[in-house]
Amino acid sequence: MANMSPKKNEMPQQDPHIRCKNFDEVALGYSAEQAIDEAKRCLNCKTRPCVAGCPVAVKIPEFIACVAEGDFEGAYKIITDTNSLPAVCGRVCPQESQCESKCVRGIKGEPVGIGRLERFVADYHMKNKTEHTARPESNGHKVAIVGAGPSGLSCAGFLAAKGYDVTVFEALHVAGGVLSYGIPEFRLPGEVVKSEIDELRALGVEIRTNIIIGKTIMIDELFEEGYEAVFIGSGAGLPKFMKIPGENLNNVYSANEFLTRINLMGAYRDDSKTPIFHAKHAVVVGGGNVAMDAARSARRTGAEVTLVYRRTENELPARKEEVEHAMEEGVKFEFLTSPIEIHGDGKVEYITCDRMRLSDPDESGRRRPVVIENSEFDIACDCVIMAIGTSPNPLIASATDGLDTQSWGGIVADDVGKTSRDMVWAGGDAVTGAATVILAMGAGKTAAEEIDRAIMGKNQ
Amino acid sequence: MYKILKKEFLNPTVVRMEVSAPEVARRADAGQFIILRATEDGERIPLTVADYDREKGSVTIIFQVVGGTTEILRHMEEGDCLADFAGPLGRKTETEGLKSVAVVGGGVGSAIAYPVAKKLHESGAYVDAIVGFRTRDLVILEDEFRAASSELHVMTDDGTYGERGLVTEVLENLILAGRKYDEVIAIGPLPMMKFVSLLTKKYNIKTVVSMNPIMIDGTGMCGGCRLTVGGETKFACVDGPEFDGHLVDFDEAIRRSAMYRDFEAHAREEACNLFKKEVE
Repeated sequence: MANMSPKKNEMPQQDPHIRCKNFDEVALGYSAEQAIDEAKRCLNCKTRPCVAGCPVAVKIPEFIACVAEGDFEGAYKIITDTNSLPAVCGRVCPQESQCESKCVRGIKGEPVGIGRLERFVADYHMKNKTEHTARPESNGHKVAIVGAGPSGLSCAGFLAAKGYDVTVFEALHVAGGVLSYGIPEFRLPGEVVKSEIDELRALGVEIRTNIIIGKTIMIDELFEEGYEAVFIGSGAGLPKFMKIPGENLNNVYSANEFLTRINLMGAYRDDSKTPIFHAKHAVVVGGGNVAMDAARSARRTGAEVTLVYRRTENELPARKEEVEHAMEEGVKFEFLTSPIEIHGDGKVEYITCDRMRLSDPDESGRRRPVVIENSEFDIACDCVIMAIGTSPNPLIASATDGLDTQSWGGIVADDVGKTSRDMVWAGGDAVTGAATVILAMGAGKTAAEEIDRAIMGKNQ
Repeated sequence: MYKILKKEFLNPTVVRMEVSAPEVARRADAGQFIILRATEDGERIPLTVADYDREKGSVTIIFQVVGGTTEILRHMEEGDCLADFAGPLGRKTETEGLKSVAVVGGGVGSAIAYPVAKKLHESGAYVDAIVGFRTRDLVILEDEFRAASSELHVMTDDGTYGERGLVTEVLENLILAGRKYDEVIAIGPLPMMKFVSLLTKKYNIKTVVSMNPIMIDGTGMCGGCRLTVGGETKFACVDGPEFDGHLVDFDEAIRRSAMYRDFEAHAREEACNLFKKEVE
């Protein structure tokens, strides 16, 4: 019998007053009973609109049908058929604008909790698996992947499943890319990322850390070493600054640096060897998911946090859930506010901001923030975190002849990831600029299919 | 893992370590740096490449014990392995076309100035090497510098060895005596590089300095290493680490380098205590 409740099973969560003082995961996950109950809300529509909303086309009704029957391992197999990182996606995908936005149940009530079910299935597998997926037989073809982030890992997973010998080159000392250095523990525990990557290793994916492609090894050398194709998924890691006075004062961080210290290096732990400034009052500039992550992380290190954003709450690019969580945890929001100068004697003492208003919609329908004259005001603070975006790292492109880039740094690639260089594909943030984990994974998967086709075509 | 092939103390707090890292050695060059983690739970620290041996697949680093990581490193022995060793990072020293150069090294920075002097000397350039230390016990690489220069001046602040005085004094004397330099390359503590740059600006001699600010990833990702150079923000890791000394905002760099000073001192103390405990 279908469960006709208009509401999703609620996600058990840590209490905001407790969780704002720890880095443990906020959402605790469904129990088996809750998962089965939620799965029964799926109507198993023949048109499968949800699948069309998924960048990696997870067979959603099929896996949910398995969950409804209590066959969680069966559900896992269906998901991993098209998604290499289900425990990650179940946690950080913006389901509300993807699969769940298309769910028929969402017309009169809440959509099926697809993300929550995906997370449940992946976590169940992690806890109960008895053996790793078997490594497929090698087809003898080598592919190199640059960057062990979402797009690279997704590409690696698909190629490995087809029997390719895949080597992923990672610049940092751990794999995961933004999943490891960027997204905080309380949203995506490091253990979850590690476990999903271990699954890929079991498939035969080799990950070589501490190798900076473009510095340690060049793309051309990879071909000389016998790799037949290269996928570049080097992400968008270069932090942007506002170019306002005072930005180089001590205790002004890029969100990248702040989050990397906390996530990758564990600086929030007392025994960490990596320092972080424990602010009394931090101001976070920006309104995206990274700004929310930075604000909530700063809060957890003991700071009062004010987030300033130049538009209104309605325009915040961050996921609604993240904004709500930040608010629940006591992050203060100053909307229609834009910094103009950071002041201090050597280190941050206060930040001066303009008040903004939104203009009338222009031709594109967009309302631009406009400065209100003489509206300057100060916010006292001892730390500023700039979370206004990142751009692709120019390192690889500048070291690789014939690899074309856009004026803003993105690698030029077509719909399937093909670049200006023969047998070189690219995808994810390195091509699009900063976007989401799942779009990067989709690009990695698409490129994997193309790489397979190209190599098989050559060898016929 | 990256094995320590050789370790020696150049003075009581400066250690030279040759590390097996074939991939880094392959492309490493003077002026570039590496990022290492001593142990699995360690922090990432940047250190400039002091030497490399492509055939042997090794890279040599020289460091002064200042914080927790360098304290741990100092206690590691030949045969031990470093957890991580990544590079080469940053741009290499531009030495092409230089015919007459003054290479100025200060303290442990001399260790980084040495491969630059060597490279220039080998290319046939005239090299005045000026290296300064606080006191006699801290003098390092004297023989190496002598072999890699046309003329060597060893300076100590207290006059206990070599000539008494600052590197800037002898550099100015040489300039006044009529030496014509295509370039001055200064590598050492920030105040030393600042005063060398101020001096050479007066005489309009191009000056290159090597910056070693706080950084995490070394690939342009964190922005922690940013400096103001000629009024623009630059990232030392990808735009440098070498910059035009006449354009660097040294006062800002000095301030930023002190950001975690308390933490560093504390971390070193903790590491010291740890080792004392193990010895007992």
